[in-house]
Amino acid sequence: MTKIVVLVKQVPDTNAKIVVSGDRVDLSAVKKVMSPYDEFAVETALRHRDASGGEVIALTLGGAGADKVLKDAKAIGVDHIVRIDCEQELDSNALQSALASTLQELGAEIVYCGKSAADTGAGSTGPGVAERLGWASASNVISVGFDGGLTVVAPSDGGNARMSVNTPAVITCDKGDIKVRKPNVKGIMQAKKAQVEVKAAAIQPSSVTIVAHSMPPAKPAGKSYEGGAAAAEVANLLRDEANVI
Amino acid sequence: MTELIVIAEIAKGTIHTTTSELVTAANALGGSPMIIVPCTDASVADAAGSIAGASKVIAAKSDAFAHYDAAAWAEALDAVAPQGIILTSATPQSKDLAARLAARRNLSVVQDVVAIRENQLTSPVYSGKAMQTVAISGPAVVSVRANVFDAAPSTGSNEISVVDTTGNMATAVQEFMARASQRLDVAEANIIISGGRGMGSPDNFVHLEAIADTLGAAVGASRAAVDTWEAIPHSMQVGQTGKTVNPNLYIAVGISGAIQHLAGMRSSKYIVAINKDADAPIFQHADYGIVATWEEALPVLQSTLAGMMA
Ligand SMILES: Cc1cc2nc3c(=O)[nH]c(=O)nc-3n(C[C@H](O)[C@H](O)[C@H](O)COP(=O)(O)OP(=O)(O)OC[C@H]3O[C@@H](n4cnc5c(N)ncnc54)[C@H](O)[C@@H]3O)c2cc1C
Ligand SMILES: Nc1ncnc2c1ncn2[C@@H]1O[C@H](COP(=O)(O)O)[C@@H](O)[C@H]1O
Repeated sequence: MTKIVVLVKQVPDTNAKIVVSGDRVDLSAVKKVMSPYDEFAVETALRHRDASGGEVIALTLGGAGADKVLKDAKAIGVDHIVRIDCEQELDSNALQSALASTLQELGAEIVYCGKSAADTGAGSTGPGVAERLGWASASNVISVGFDGGLTVVAPSDGGNARMSVNTPAVITCDKGDIKVRKPNVKGIMQAKKAQVEVKAAAIQPSSVTIVAHSMPPAKPAGKSYEGGAAAAEVANLLRDEANVI
Repeated sequence: MTELIVIAEIAKGTIHTTTSELVTAANALGGSPMIIVPCTDASVADAAGSIAGASKVIAAKSDAFAHYDAAAWAEALDAVAPQGIILTSATPQSKDLAARLAARRNLSVVQDVVAIRENQLTSPVYSGKAMQTVAISGPAVVSVRANVFDAAPSTGSNEISVVDTTGNMATAVQEFMARASQRLDVAEANIIISGGRGMGSPDNFVHLEAIADTLGAAVGASRAAVDTWEAIPHSMQVGQTGKTVNPNLYIAVGISGAIQHLAGMRSSKYIVAINKDADAPIFQHADYGIVATWEEALPVLQSTLAGMMA
């Protein structure tokens, strides 16, 4: 019975407009979804289960609103859904510590997560959790094989490398060539009824604190030209004005 | 005072120029960093000897550095680096290492930093739709985006020492699959020329490739191009679900400029857009916008650039 855990995070829809009001982002009106790469992590976790047996637990850390992404994962086919109850914004140290101790508690043997979350863009959680657990990790993985031990394909200097990975391990998933399965009616019905197991966690104080959010600096209006012949002038400006070629 | 440590960025067996930018970033945090060079052969570290603004160079020598393995690299570097603020580059590999190193020390990591003011660090969040400034107190690990800080000049003369170190590999390469083309990957390139659905057919990407070869650039693509044409692999995709790039120059051809595409390239230093629709959103982000079909513009661009490079 392989215990497979997939980490999922709720983030603003990537189409959403982000507004900063005062000095904080205001996400109150924003639609929230499962972070895009986490969909690949869920799919890979399910394929792992299909190949080797076992069960898949989807785990998130967040407030009650985050139950929605767990239900989404359930509708696609994970077996259990667990939320570490925490409303606060955490720094990477506090987040990873809470995730790592819960993963231990759950008896996780392999963990899949997204290569980066759509809000932070960080890509810190997978490798950080692996280090805390003393596990192997492989990041930005585009394909996973389950025959005869765990193998992954990930970018490597000048191409891709197929690697064997010691287990237990944390694998962070990029969009590979795999198609993610969509929920079917039965899955959606099961998800409706499914219970989220809510866990309290000891949360460490954060040492990195958010000072402010701001809008990206506005770009000064660029120069614009009509007609293909202008490409010659633009090429010259790239050399003489921008100094980039 | 907190010690500052720069982990040199290694590309193709040599020290990458972003290492000099990391030294400038460290200086902005208020001190002269030591530079630690992960290497299998200590002579690789010699090139760091001339980076001004650093205090010294340590060649951290280990067989573990022959191939990237997150666990082994973090262990080997942790053994060499003193406590303090560690700076790495923000390539995918170095961000991974930064996270591992931080976790190993029970520290927080701040990724993709583009501005530093005293102990306050600013990074793009929400795919570049907002900026986040955080304050760090004491030791942390920080990854810094390329092409943001000026490179420290090479007028220094740093003392170089060699320290042997070791780490346990947790992965093993079984097969290496080189890219079919010799061209750079978008994640590595300083200049990128990308095509979108407006290119009309994957065959027309040869025009982008010709310009890429003239400039030593990489060829990228929008998701619409990747999804529509089998011949355009996902590895070329720039954007939300593709790669985030931060080149000096990004040339977008036949790309409308959807928010998810912008997410991957809006922080490029200079953006050129070629699109036949004057209202395409990409033009709002372009430093140089050319309203024209690629059929008209690319031959002119190619011949002008070829003339310059000759
Ligand atoms: C969750 C999610 C994630 C996504 N992730 C990504 C991502 O990572 N990367 C990404 O790129 N997109 C992504 N998208 C898709 C994105 O929303 C757009 O659909 C996509 O970027 C459009 O690609 P395009 O600009 O090539 O095509 P189009 O929007 O079709 O634009 C084609 C452009 O070409 C121009 N054109 C046509 N003919 C010519 C000609 N002869 N010469 C010059 N110009 C011409 C047109 O005027 C038009 O502006 C994502 C979407 C979602 C929902
Ligand atoms: N609060 C969270 N709860 C569960 N998983 C998370 C959380 N934050 C991050 N993750 C996972 O870690 C991945 C990378 O996140 P990040 O390190 O923030 O880029 C995400 O795609 C998720 O799979």
